[in-house]
Amino acid sequence: MKNNLNSIAIRVDDLSFHYGDKNVLQHVTMDIKKGSFLGLVGPNGSGKSTLIKCILGLQKPQQGNVYLFGEKINKFNDWEKIGYVSQKANSFNTAFPATAFEVVSMGLFGRVGLFRFLKAADKRKVWEALKSVNMEQYAHQNIGELSGGQQQRVFIARALVSDPMLLILDEPTVGVDTESSESFYKLLKELHYNNNMTLVLVTHDVGVMTDYVTDVACLNKQIHFHGNTREFETSSSENISAFYGHHVHVLHHDHDHA
Amino acid sequence: MLPFLKYEFLQNAFLTGIMVGLLAPVLGVFIVVRRQALIADALSHITLAGIAANLLLGKWSSFFATANPIYLGMAFSVGGAIFIEQLRKVYKHYEELAIPIIMSAGIGLSVIFISMADGFNTDLFNYLFGSIIAVKQSDVWTVFAILIVVLLFVFFMYKELFVLSFDEEQGRLSGIRSNWILVAFMAMTALVIAASMKIVGILLVSALMTLPVAASIRIAKGFKQAIWLSVLFGEVAVISGMFLSYYLDLASGGTIVLCLVVILFLCISYKKFTGSRKVGHL
Repeated sequence: MKNNLNSIAIRVDDLSFHYGDKNVLQHVTMDIKKGSFLGLVGPNGSGKSTLIKCILGLQKPQQGNVYLFGEKINKFNDWEKIGYVSQKANSFNTAFPATAFEVVSMGLFGRVGLFRFLKAADKRKVWEALKSVNMEQYAHQNIGELSGGQQQRVFIARALVSDPMLLILDEPTVGVDTESSESFYKLLKELHYNNNMTLVLVTHDVGVMTDYVTDVACLNKQIHFHGNTREFETSSSENISAFYGHHVHVLHHDHDHA
Repeated sequence: MLPFLKYEFLQNAFLTGIMVGLLAPVLGVFIVVRRQALIADALSHITLAGIAANLLLGKWSSFFATANPIYLGMAFSVGGAIFIEQLRKVYKHYEELAIPIIMSAGIGLSVIFISMADGFNTDLFNYLFGSIIAVKQSDVWTVFAILIVVLLFVFFMYKELFVLSFDEEQGRLSGIRSNWILVAFMAMTALVIAASMKIVGILLVSALMTLPVAASIRIAKGFKQAIWLSVLFGEVAVISGMFLSYYLDLASGGTIVLCLVVILFLCISYKKFTGSRKVGHL
């Protein structure tokens, strides 16, 4: 396992996390290959968001390790290589007086550093990022005046502006209408295809997701399945109609490969 | 020179007012978007405790009798600010509890100190409601020093303060060490509150921090514009309020705050008339 570390974007090694005496994650071990587009699915309360926060260093697991691009997380400091789009609903105040341009420029602050200001080249990057999500015409609108789908595009642009090698999205389409979320998934697929970027998409929306991702991991406190999309679909073919139409928890009972 | 400014005490008040009219709204923008508008109230009441303590100590010690009470007020205010940040950590799920705790502690201390110092005098009354005739030369220099410190802080920490106000998670991901920046910010807020007291008074100081912002975020496009408009509204209110209070012989603090309320209503009706356009959907 050690010899192919170069091709691994994220390695999670025997990670366990609990809040008080409530177990959230138990012995999670997984490698996410560079250049893959992983859909991480699981029911509510399955620990998806917690796992993402551990991967981003926003939560400290009680046990286990996370490696990002071969570097142990507490030694990793290339955070501009990583873009993160959090669950929209609890992450920001929609009445915040900031334009789309200002929001995207935040993505560069880590790189620009303390006591320094954005230069003309940085501003060009912000425009490029807005263009890549087709939002440049809304650059000077306040973020709260945009629709849910448009806001999500702005947050993607903020994550993209620092040219990340890894983009992590936590339930990005919650509260976005179906039509917008489909064009949103198409955008992600394009980004993945054109930039050879590693993507991790957290979702409970199994049906739509499998049309776009290359790999699937099912999480419910533990990893119950991790493989490519084809394996995922064949392994669950007997139940495919059931879980396309319903919720993911149906799947977990049938595919306890872990 | 304007006839209004022929007296030195009026010049002092005018200079202090202009500086405070800039400082309070600049910090107010960050406070309002972080949904902490009431913090200014809590800190102003703890500042009052510092001022009352100084009046009391002045009865026994000649050092405090001659000292400008604003300094002890500032010390109390900064202490209270740091305490609020600590309390917010203790009550993670009831962060707003820190505010009434500090506020009532401030009032409690003030009342005890005032009664021990044999009750109210005009000095104290001036601190409560603001008085432009009570501004001393030393106040002007103190506020000037605060102005320099706070403006440098906001100028160089703008990015960090902006991200932390918008979403702290993103800030931490960009490697911003949020803790000391937030504590420093609270300390700056405490200083500005103590500095604004002479002009608008303890009971009204939070209005100068929040009302210009409440008006500007109705109409501003973007965060920088919200800051500039807040400062503009703050200055307009302070300057017109001081003129009116001098010529009509009204209390300065109340006049300034009423000017702010007028500006706020103008902004709300402007927004109503022009309408809030939602941009088309995807």
